[in-house]
Amino acid sequence: MARPHGNNSAASVRPDDRSRGADPLAARREFMAKVVALACGGLATIPPVVAGLWAFLDPLRRTRGAASFLSVADLAAIPDDGLPRQFPVIADRVDAWTGFAAEPVGAVYLSREQGSREVRALSATCPHAGCFIDLEKATQCFRCPCHNSSFTLDGNIVNPSPSPRAMDELECRVGGNGQVEVKWQKYRAGIAEKVVQG
Amino acid sequence: MSRPAARAASGQPSRKGVFGRLADFLDDRTGYRAVVHEALYERVPGGARWRYVWGSTLVFAFMTQVITGLFLWANYSPSAQTAWESVYYIQHEVAGGWLLRGIHHFMAQAMVVLLALHLLQVVIDGAYRAPREVNFWLGLVLMMLVLGMALTGYLLPWDQKGYWATIVATNLAGIVPFAGPSLQQLVIGGPEYGHHTLTRFFALHAGFLPATLVMFLVVHLALFRKHGLHAKRPITKPDAMFWPDQVLKDAVAMLAVMAVILGVILMPALRAMLAGEVVHLGHLGAELGAPADPSLPYAAARPEWYFLFLFQFLKVFEGWGATGEFFGAIVVPGLIMTVMALMPIVGNWRLGHRFNVAFTLAILAGVGLLTAMALNEDYSALWVNRASLAEAEKLHDQTGGDAAKLVAALGGDNAKVAAIKRQWKTLEKVRRSQAYLDAVKLAEADAARAVELAGRPERIPPAGMLELVRRDPLSQGPRLFAQHCGSCHAHVDPLAPDAEVVIAKSSAANLHGFGSADWMRGLLDANQVAGPAYFGNTAHKEGDMVSFVRDDLTDEATWPKGDIDAVVAAMAAEAGRPVPQEIAGLVDKGRELVAASDRCGGCHAFRGNGTDLGAAPDLTGWGGRDWLVGIITDPTHERFYGDQNDRMPSFGKAAEGAIPPLSREQIDLIADWLRGEWYRPAQH
Ligand code: FES
Repeated sequence: MARPHGNNSAASVRPDDRSRGADPLAARREFMAKVVALACGGLATIPPVVAGLWAFLDPLRRTRGAASFLSVADLAAIPDDGLPRQFPVIADRVDAWTGFAAEPVGAVYLSREQGSREVRALSATCPHAGCFIDLEKATQCFRCPCHNSSFTLDGNIVNPSPSPRAMDELECRVGGNGQVEVKWQKYRAGIAEKVVQG
Repeated sequence: MSRPAARAASGQPSRKGVFGRLADFLDDRTGYRAVVHEALYERVPGGARWRYVWGSTLVFAFMTQVITGLFLWANYSPSAQTAWESVYYIQHEVAGGWLLRGIHHFMAQAMVVLLALHLLQVVIDGAYRAPREVNFWLGLVLMMLVLGMALTGYLLPWDQKGYWATIVATNLAGIVPFAGPSLQQLVIGGPEYGHHTLTRFFALHAGFLPATLVMFLVVHLALFRKHGLHAKRPITKPDAMFWPDQVLKDAVAMLAVMAVILGVILMPALRAMLAGEVVHLGHLGAELGAPADPSLPYAAARPEWYFLFLFQFLKVFEGWGATGEFFGAIVVPGLIMTVMALMPIVGNWRLGHRFNVAFTLAILAGVGLLTAMALNEDYSALWVNRASLAEAEKLHDQTGGDAAKLVAALGGDNAKVAAIKRQWKTLEKVRRSQAYLDAVKLAEADAARAVELAGRPERIPPAGMLELVRRDPLSQGPRLFAQHCGSCHAHVDPLAPDAEVVIAKSSAANLHGFGSADWMRGLLDANQVAGPAYFGNTAHKEGDMVSFVRDDLTDEATWPKGDIDAVVAAMAAEAGRPVPQEIAGLVDKGRELVAASDRCGGCHAFRGNGTDLGAAPDLTGWGGRDWLVGIITDPTHERFYGDQNDRMPSFGKAAEGAIPPLSREQIDLIADWLRGEWYRPAQH
C-alpha cells in the first residue's frame, strides 16, 4: 500500500499560500465558516460548563438555620464558685443529606457567681481562627492551643494575644425548670467586631 | 537572528496595539503561533467531509465527560452509606445537579455510539492500513478504556441497577482461569461488595482509566497528525484546510450531539408542560434507582443497553455452566478483539480489506440482532396479544403444562396439540416478559419511594438510606405480607376490578382496610360474613360469630340499624381509624353495646367488661397497632383465637433458642402497613 498522503507537514502549507486572497467571495466564505465553527463549538461547550458551575455554586445558596436556644445543663450542675466549666452543646444537625439527631455540635463554658441564678456562657470557639479554647487549671485562665491566645476566666483578652477580640459570650437564660439554655451561635473569626456568621 | 527579525522573516506582520504587542510578547517566549498554526492548518486531502467528524466529536464527548465529571466529583461521596445519598443530593437538591448528571449520563452513552461510528468509518475507509496500524491499535485500546469507564461508572450511584449489574460483571471476571478469583477480589476491594468496591471503582472511573485514556489519546492524536488524515478515495475535490473547513463540520456535529443529549434530558419536561403538569427538575435526566440492597431480589437487573448484546449472548450458552460463560464472556469477545487487532495485517492480503469490512459489519449486525432479541424477550408482553393465547393459557392451567394430559384433553388431535405447544412457548415468553415489566414497575416505585423518604425533614439517618427504606412500612409491608400472609389472606380493595377473583382464591379474610369502618360494616353484614372476604374460607365459617351476624343482627327488634352503626363507629375508633362523619356521634353508644353482656360482650372481652378471655378475641384496642402486633405474634394467645385458632401460624413465637418466622421489627412493619401508617410528604 502506498502512502498517498503520508507526512503532509502542516508547516509546508500556509493559509497565505492559498489563492483565496484574490477571490473576495472565497475570503468571505472562509470568514463565515470560521464564525459559524466557533459559534457551534462554543454553543456545544456551554451546557457542560454552565451545568457544572451551576452545581458548583450551590453551596452559596445554603444558609445556617436561625440560632435557637438549646438546653445545655441543669442549673444545679454548675457550681456557684465563679469558675467556668465546659459543657457539650447537643443539637440536631443536618449535614447535606444526613440528619443527625441530638449530637454534640460544640461546647460552651458556663459559670455562675455565688448564690446567683444568672449563668454566664462563653463559646469555646476561639475568635482568632476557630480553634477550641482550653481551660487551663494550673494558670486559671483560658488558653487557645493553636496560637496561644489567652483570656481571663471572664473571657477578656490577655495581651499579647493574636485574637482580635475577647471570647464570644453567648446569650443565656435559665428556664423555670432549672434548665440552662444557651443561644447557640457562631461568630466570624479573625475580626475585632463580634459579627454573627450567616 | 533576533526575535523581531525572525518574526519578519516568518512573514508575521508586527502588530500594533496592546493585544498585538502582548501576542508578540507571548509568541516570542512560547512560540504559540507556530503550535496553533500546526494544529489548525492541516491539509485535508479532497476537502472536508462529514465522514471525518467522528474522531473530533469523540474528543469533544470526552472533554464534556471530564468537565461534568469533575463537577460531579465535587459533590460525590463514594461509600456504601453515602454514594446513593450523595447522588440523590446531586439529582434532587443541588441546583442544576440534574442537568449536570444528565449530561454526564447521556454523553457516556453517546460516546459508545460515536465509538462505533468512528470504528466503522475507519474500517470502511481502510484507514487502518500502513503506516497507520499502530494508531488503529491505539484506537482499539481507547475503545476498551471508554467501555471500562462506562462499566465502572454504572456502579457509582450504588443503586439496585448498578449494584446487580456490577455483581454480574465482576462474577464474570471471576471465571477467568487462574487469575480470575484474585482479579475479582482486587476489583471489588475484598471478598464482599461494599465501601472498597466503590472507592476502587471510583478510582478506576475518575482516575486510572481517564489518565490512561489521556495518555493514549495524546499519542493517538500525534500519530494522526504525523500520518495526516486518511482520505476517502477517489479524491474528486481540491484539498481543503482543517481550519476552518473541517472544523466547521466537526463543530456542527458536536453541537448536534449536545443538542440530542439536551433533547433527551428535557423532553419529559416538555411533555409534562404540554400536559399541564408540574415539572420536577429532579426527575429529569439520569435515573436513580432504589439504594442497593443485597437482601432484596431485583428481577429488573439488566446491564446498560450497549452491553445488552453481551448479556443476551451469554444466554446462548445457558446450560453450559461455567464453561459456557467463560466461552461467551471471555473467549468469544477475546477472539473478536484479536481479529480486529489483526485487521491492519489482514488488510494487506488480497480481499483482506473486504474481509475486514464484512467482519465489522457482521459483528455490528450481530450486536444489533442480539440487542433486539434481548429487548424482544423483555418487552414482548407489550405487543404480543395475550387474548390470542387465551385457549392455550386455559389448557396450560388445566393440564399443568403436562404434554400427555394435553393430548388427552384434545382427544388426540395431533395438529392441535402441536399448535398449542407452540403457543405455550410463546405464553412462557410473554409471562417472563410480563414478570420483567412488573419488576421494572416495582423498581420504579421503590426508587420513587426512596427519593420521597430521603426528602423527609429529618433527612437520611447516618447509617444511610437503606436503613430508612428497611424501616419503611410502605416499602416493606407489601413484600412481607406477600411472603408470609399472602398465601392465605387477600389484601385487595373490594372495588378493584379483579378483587372478586383474588378474594375467592384466598383462604382467609381480606385484610385490605382492616380496622376501618367499611371493613367492620362488611363483617357485620349477614351477606358477607360467611363470604370469602371474611370467614367464608376458614374454619370459622360455621362459627358463633357467623351465626350471630346472620341470626341476631338481622333481627331489627334487638339490633336496629342505629345500633349496628354505633358498633361500627366504636370499632373504627378502637382501631384508631377515622370514624365517618354521619356516625361519629355514636362512638360512646357503640362502646356500651360492645361491652354489654347481652350484645357483643357476651363473648368478647372489651375494656374491662368482665367477660373472660378465651371465648372470642378481645376487642379492647381491636385493629390498633398493639392488637395487630399481638395477633400476628401469637394468634393462639387467649386474647385472640386461643385454641380456636384456625391455621394462622404464630409468627413471633418460637421454641426456646429457635428464631421465630418474623422479627418484632418485621411484625411492626406489617402492622403499620395494614394500618396505612407510613411517612407521607407534606402536600405543597
Ligand atoms: S485559633 Fe486560637 S489563637 Fe489562633
